[in-house]
Order: sequence, then structure tokens, then C-alpha cells
Amino acid sequence: MAAASASSVDSPRISTLILQRKTLAIGLAIIVVITLLAVLAPLIAPYAPGKLSIVNRLKPPSATWFFGTDEFGRDIFSRTIYAGQLSLLVGAAATALAATVGITLGLVAGFFRKADGIVSRIIDAMMAFPDILLAIALVAALGPSLATVIVALGVVYAPRLARVVRASTLVIRELPYVEAARALGVPTWRIMTRHVLRNLVSPILVQATFIFAYAMLAEAGLSFLGVGVSPEIPTWGTMIAAGRQYVGQADWMTIFPGLAIILTVLSLQLVGDGLRDLLDPRLRKDL
Amino acid sequence: MAMSTPNAGNHPDALADDIVLRADNLRTHFIMGARAAKSVDGVTLTVRRGQTLAVVGESGSGKSVTSLSIMRLLAHPGRIVGGRLLYRMRDGGVVDLATLSDKRMRAIRGKEIAMIFQEPMTSLNPLYTVGDQIMEMIRLHEPVDRHEARTRARRMLELVEIPAPDKRLDQYPHEMSGGMRQRVMIALALACNPALLIADEPTTALDVTIQAQILDLMRRLQREIGMSILFVTHNLGVVAEIAHEVAVMYAGRVVEQAPVHDLFARPRHPYTKGLLACIPDAKRDRADDGTRKMLNPIPGSVPSVLALPAGCAFAPRCPLAEPHCETAPPELLNASPEHLTRCWRHELL
Repeated sequence: MAAASASSVDSPRISTLILQRKTLAIGLAIIVVITLLAVLAPLIAPYAPGKLSIVNRLKPPSATWFFGTDEFGRDIFSRTIYAGQLSLLVGAAATALAATVGITLGLVAGFFRKADGIVSRIIDAMMAFPDILLAIALVAALGPSLATVIVALGVVYAPRLARVVRASTLVIRELPYVEAARALGVPTWRIMTRHVLRNLVSPILVQATFIFAYAMLAEAGLSFLGVGVSPEIPTWGTMIAAGRQYVGQADWMTIFPGLAIILTVLSLQLVGDGLRDLLDPRLRKDL
Repeated sequence: MAMSTPNAGNHPDALADDIVLRADNLRTHFIMGARAAKSVDGVTLTVRRGQTLAVVGESGSGKSVTSLSIMRLLAHPGRIVGGRLLYRMRDGGVVDLATLSDKRMRAIRGKEIAMIFQEPMTSLNPLYTVGDQIMEMIRLHEPVDRHEARTRARRMLELVEIPAPDKRLDQYPHEMSGGMRQRVMIALALACNPALLIADEPTTALDVTIQAQILDLMRRLQREIGMSILFVTHNLGVVAEIAHEVAVMYAGRVVEQAPVHDLFARPRHPYTKGLLACIPDAKRDRADDGTRKMLNPIPGSVPSVLALPAGCAFAPRCPLAEPHCETAPPELLNASPEHLTRCWRHELL
């Protein structure tokens, strides 16, 4: 990251800084493992995720089926790591969308006094809705599909980033070097991107990590409620939804995808907290 | 608000050849609902080619607002509500900065008029190397490639006497001292050869030896490059060092403009006289028996820009004030051909 290298001229290497922070290191490690499992699912999975085997339905976890099988005899372990692909994709895409929309809105609101009134009110209004309800409404309005879920979650989480960016922009806009840049004829858009946005890399990164976690959780929630991606597509949310009916006989159907969600969200939160500590100079004790 | 009309005989766009900038009755107000803070309310001053005009005044007298008005960098709700800012471009054309479009104004900033600020520690972006920032500046205004821009950035650092310029180009602002950073700021401001440099208290944050070095540097650069300087300060010692002419501001107006020697030798406004009397002087301020005498402050305080008196703003504090002063705002009068004062009773001084 360019911003990190800029500040690390005289400070310890970035890898050292990360390893010094246990939460950040653990979180990152878990995320890396989960991502690898998901990406390499075709190589790792012992069975195809959709392979039916009626004779082996609802088998408990064993050496043959690490996480057991579901009501159609499909291997839960294979399905869980395949589902990780989609769950992570939805989280990442929603975060990217939220970041694009949120950063743009935040910069505009922070920079242009006239736009600020309108943009800030819209942001406030959107933040007043509970996340999940707004997402459900959006999915209902747009029709459920993978793309709609991503768009809905992106829209729901954009205001969080917009707020952070707006607040920081208001501060940075008044700094002497921004005024100096203006006095030397630097155009506004260039000040916004080069001088303001570059300074916001760390708060945006931290916030984006949290949004990633929220978005994955929300996707699981939407799928569980049946308003997310279609039930045939394995995501952790749809797997839990499917396992709901069998929770008395085959709790492994819900436990393992549930664990996957918990682990992923937890590790993302650890990374977010760790990044915040790492990137906030006031919380850094090693400098 | 009664308005004075200085130099009423001039043609609208006439600007003598040796004048780079003339503010004509400039009025910049900060409008908050029904109230207006008249931070600058009738500033008239002239900056001559290749010369330095020092603008002095205490905090709140409107000197910084005047320079920000010239750059058109006023923060909301500040606005130029009247007057003209005639500026002679390098190609000889005369424009009124007060009414120029934002787009043309942006092309003027940096290329025609550049500005440096008081805080050298924070006026550079901490995230970019010094070289990056100078190169950005050059490439914004002139169509040169990176290599050429870097060569010129290096030359600029040499010009402002920064040792080991090649090494410095790749350093970040935090690796430099305050004096060094102010030199970089000057290099940045002069990178595109502006005709006018506005320096808003550029030495205030520096210690005295560095201050002297920076003033020396600015004087040398002025001789070599031939730019004009508008130097904003509250330090009369610095004025004596660097200025050719001085404009004294009080409560949003220029109350006196004169060549520096005339002004120090014979101030023609009671406020200027009071200011000069405030400067501590080891000899003068010591009684015959060696004990220290009190300094001579100007009694009273500056009127609020929200409620300026009807007449002369200085009248309530002025030892020479007569009833007439309280009602009629003085016009800019010629005490001598080059010496302008806004005092009805300047002949008494």
C-alpha cells in the first residue's frame, strides 16, 4: 500500500508491525485460510458440492464425510468450502460497491457546502433504517438474485463509509497544505483525490473491513430468510436455511456453515480492530 | 455605510506601467444572516513591479483577508462585496481579480500570483516527497514531462539554497526543519515564475536567525527574478528589513501607505505613530537613573468589525481626534505625492 510505505520510511517493516499485533495476525491468518479453502475448493473438496447420494442422507460427521451429509446425501464439507466462494464474493463485491458510492458521496459532501445538506440528509435517512430491513426492501423491489443482493448490501453500507469520509474530509479540507495547494492553483478534483483521499486510506480501509464482515453476515441473513440468493445456490446462509428443518436430527447441517460464518466475521473484526490500532498513530506505542 | 471614493479621477481599467496590483476600495465581508463582519472595508493599496509592499496591522485588521481576497481563496461566508483588484498579467493585459471567473482564477494562482503561508510545518502534504510536490506544481501549469519537471524542481531547490538538492527531492516534509520547509514552500511558490508573491507572515513561525535567512533569501530572489512581493506581517522589524513600501491596516482599511523610509521617519497617521511608539527600545525606554520605563501602548482596543464606528475607526483611541472625525470617515489623502494617509488631521503630525 502506497500510504503505508510513505509512513514507513524510518519505522519498522510493515510485516513486523503486523506480527506484533496478535489480534491482527490471528485475524489475517484465519482469513487467509478461509479464502484459500474457498478458492481452492475444486482441488480440496472430496465430493462435488451438488453430488446426490440418497443412501447416505443425513449421515453424521465421520472420516468419510468430515462435516456429515445433508438430506440429499450431499457432503456438507464440500458444500461449505464451495459456499465460501460465493459468500466471500458477495461480501467483497458489496464492500467494493459500498466503498465506491460511499467515498464519492462523502468527498462531495465534505467538499461542497451546497451538496452537503442534501447528501448528509440522505445519508442520515438511510442510516435510520435497520440494515437488514432496508436490504430486504431493496431485494424485494429489485427481485432476488445474486446481483441484487450485492447491490442491496452495497447501498445499505455505503452511508457508513460516506459518513467517515465526509467527517475526515471536513477536517483535511481546512488543513494548511490543502489551502496552500489551492493557492498554487491545484484544481479541486485533484485536491480531492491527491491530497484528501490519500490521507483517508487508513480510516477507509478499517471501515471497509468491518463492512465486509457486516455484508457477509447480512447476506447469510437474507439467504436464511429466503430473500437472498436462490436456495439451490450454496451459500452459508442458504445452507443454514436448508438445515433448519433437520436441526433436531442433523444439527451438523447448520453447525458447520454457522461456524464458517462466525469464524469469518470474527476474523474480519479482529483484522478491522488491528488495522485501526496499527494505522491510528495515537494508538501506536512503538513510534 | 458611508463610502469614500479614493482616486475618483482614475479611468476604470487604467493601471500605470510600473504597477502590478492595485486594490481599489476593496470590501470583503463575512455575511452571517443579517449581520456582516466587515473584515476588509475599503482597502486601497498598490504593489509596484519588482518591489515589496509590506502590509502591517494587528490581528484582525484584515491583512490576511486582503491577501486571501486577492487569491480569491476566501472561506465561506466571506465574499468580495465591492471594489476592484486590478492585476497586470505577465503578458501586459489588465484583469480585475475581484470579478474573474473561477476557471481563469485557477490559472492565475501559482502561475501569475503565488502565495506562501505562515505555517511551514503544515503547509506541505506529509504524504508526498518534496520533489513530488514541486513537480506536481510545475506540471499543473506547464506542459513538461516528468524528467524535465524533476530537473526544474532540482533547480528550484538550488535556487532557495537547499544543500544536497538531489537527496532532498526524495525526502518527505517530516525529514526537514521548519526553515528548510519554508524554503521548500518558497521553491514551490516560485516554480512557475509568478509575477507576484503573496507572503502571509512567512517568518512568524520561525526563530530569529532562520527568519533573517529567509528574508535574505526572499530579497535575493526578488533581485534575481524580479517578482513583486506583498508581504503580510505584524512585525515592524521585518518591515524595515524587507519592504520598499508599507501599507498600514487598521480595522479593515489601509490607513497609510508610504515608502518605508518616509513611514518610519515621519508617520502621517496617529495609529502608525502609536504603533512605532510601541516598539520596545532599550535606550528610549530607560530613565536617566537606569530604571525601566513603561512601554507606550495605544489606549483602548480595536473596534469590532461587526460594529465599526461611523467616522474614522481610530477616532475613539486617537489623541488628535476632534468631533468631525467621529462622523466623517476620512478619505485617502495625499500627505505628499507618495505618502497616502486616511487622517483628517495628518498635517498636525
